[in-house]
Amino acid sequence: MNKLKLRITNLTRKRSSLETRKSSPRRESLKRAWFNFRKSPLSLVGLGISVFCIIVAVFAPYIAPYPEHAGYYINFDEAYQPPNWKHPFGTDAYGRDVLSRVFFGFRFSLMMAGVVLSLVVPPGVILGLIAGYFRGTWLDMLIMRIADVFIAVPPLVLALAICSVLEPNVFNAMMAVSLMWWPWYARLVYNTVSSIRNEYYVIAAELLGVTKTHIMFKEILPNCLGPILTKLTLDVGYVILIGASLSFVGLGAQPPTPDLGTMVSEGAKYLPNYWWVTIFPALAIAFIILGFNLLGDGIRDIFASER
Amino acid sequence: MKFLTYIVRRIAFSVFSLIGLSILVFTLSRILPGDPARMAAGPRAPEWVVEQIRAQLNLDKPIYIQYFLWVKDVFRGDLGYSLVTRRSVTFDVFEFLPATLELILLSTIIFIIGSIVLGAIAGRWAYKLPDNVVRAFAYIGVSTPAFVWAIIFQLIFAWWLGWFPTQGSFSEGIIQPPKITGFKLMDSLISGNLIAFKDYLWHMILPSLALAMSPIAQNARIIRMGMVENSGKDFIALAESHGLPDRLIMLKYLFKPSVIPAVTVMGMSIAALLSNAFLVELVFNWPGFSRYAVNAMLNKDLNAIVASVLVIGIVYAVANLIVDVIVAYLDPRIRYMERGE
Repeated sequence: MNKLKLRITNLTRKRSSLETRKSSPRRESLKRAWFNFRKSPLSLVGLGISVFCIIVAVFAPYIAPYPEHAGYYINFDEAYQPPNWKHPFGTDAYGRDVLSRVFFGFRFSLMMAGVVLSLVVPPGVILGLIAGYFRGTWLDMLIMRIADVFIAVPPLVLALAICSVLEPNVFNAMMAVSLMWWPWYARLVYNTVSSIRNEYYVIAAELLGVTKTHIMFKEILPNCLGPILTKLTLDVGYVILIGASLSFVGLGAQPPTPDLGTMVSEGAKYLPNYWWVTIFPALAIAFIILGFNLLGDGIRDIFASER
Repeated sequence: MKFLTYIVRRIAFSVFSLIGLSILVFTLSRILPGDPARMAAGPRAPEWVVEQIRAQLNLDKPIYIQYFLWVKDVFRGDLGYSLVTRRSVTFDVFEFLPATLELILLSTIIFIIGSIVLGAIAGRWAYKLPDNVVRAFAYIGVSTPAFVWAIIFQLIFAWWLGWFPTQGSFSEGIIQPPKITGFKLMDSLISGNLIAFKDYLWHMILPSLALAMSPIAQNARIIRMGMVENSGKDFIALAESHGLPDRLIMLKYLFKPSVIPAVTVMGMSIAALLSNAFLVELVFNWPGFSRYAVNAMLNKDLNAIVASVLVIGIVYAVANLIVDVIVAYLDPRIRYMERGE
């Protein structure tokens, strides 16, 4: 019986049999994905920027010219130096190297994005899947109406409000953003599920009496992966933006944490004379978000041309 | 009549979401750690004062009763008492909200004009130099946060070039208009104070431009994409084969249908404006509602926090409603789709 189920599910997969006939289908589709991805040079630029930022973030203690400048470090003799060979981005009010701090800033930004997205995506996807599969029942009503409540106000505003009642620090900022982010995934998956809910392979599986869990996770979920992956990549940039905004306001990371948002708001006090203290971290935020946005567009191209 | 049904349904949906939002925010503000009564009394107040305040704020009752008492007050127009400004929150809302609405309105005008112009240029000369320039700008514009634009604009146009004021809403020595509507632009016009009008507008330009940057980029991209897609459609080929003038084809047949998708995502643009106002108002020290809300958040002023999230939610709902009505008016297919489900 199990073997039969397996065969049926393989037959009912959306992918056409033409492409699975090749020797190793997975490798083939990866190759094709790469081909679709690199059609646009901008996607390659995005991939380059993203990989660069990740490498810098991971190896920040080894790459940064002055790793000890990341936290508490004071050397007033070197304060307010404009960009020069020794300090390409200049130094801040405490004589800390801005470039080193920006490198560590990438670390905090990416950590924020990683933690938030890995906390948010599983529950969001599962709830959206349940609501979409049981469309029109009380479960659908309950889940999606709760999701609507979170979406009734711009994300940053709700994140700020949640952060404000907690102690301001990096951990609480992550929790606050995670708490209000899942509805976006629930809604995305809900819409995708609604559109493939009545495909033949789902109905075939239902007629065979396959369990609902199997249908949801083995039949429907794989076909939602494209939109989820695209949104995930674009959301890296978005979460970084929200995180930087929270610390810019003063409700996220606190100084002397080398968070990019904190650095921008600290540096803004010294405008216009010591502009480099704030402008370089600000440009770094734009740079990392640009990278992941371009990468996300590239990933969207992969799935767009598959259809 | 069908149009009216659609609007009524749409309003009912918004009201439902807002009620949910009020429950959510109210619960968050009450169950999360921290004692509002202690915060209101101050750290050195004796215990009996704290108890008294707790009873006064109904904090000693179960949470659902607190919520109903709060809702009752809201319907009487009483949002509670702000710990920061030491005034009624309702008063503060009316005091600060107009300045933010003015800012958002101006940046909406800027981004609509800007994105239409840029999108049309890119669509007209698709895959040529102007298109590439606009596309590069669009990528950078979408990726750069509004507060980064705000700081860059402030540095370049206000500090270095001196074209615009660096912060605030009025220059020193300007006689401010009397408070009539609360909207300073309107007040200065009504009272005939043109100098104040010009000065205020001058202060608004950089913040609203910073707010408008990412919506400009986003919508220009959508309009360009629509024009490129539509230029391959049959009705364009038909118009061309009839020998219609190029400009007519551009404006009437190509541009018009390409704008509708941009209008549908305007709700997203407005969300971006509303949330980015929080940061941009801080950079330019704009005396608006968002700056007030941020101060309330930094000082854990619970009544003001709950009220500001709700007010932003209401503004957002109303803006979205307007957008949806415009879209439904422009594109009848959406009305029928809603009914047909």
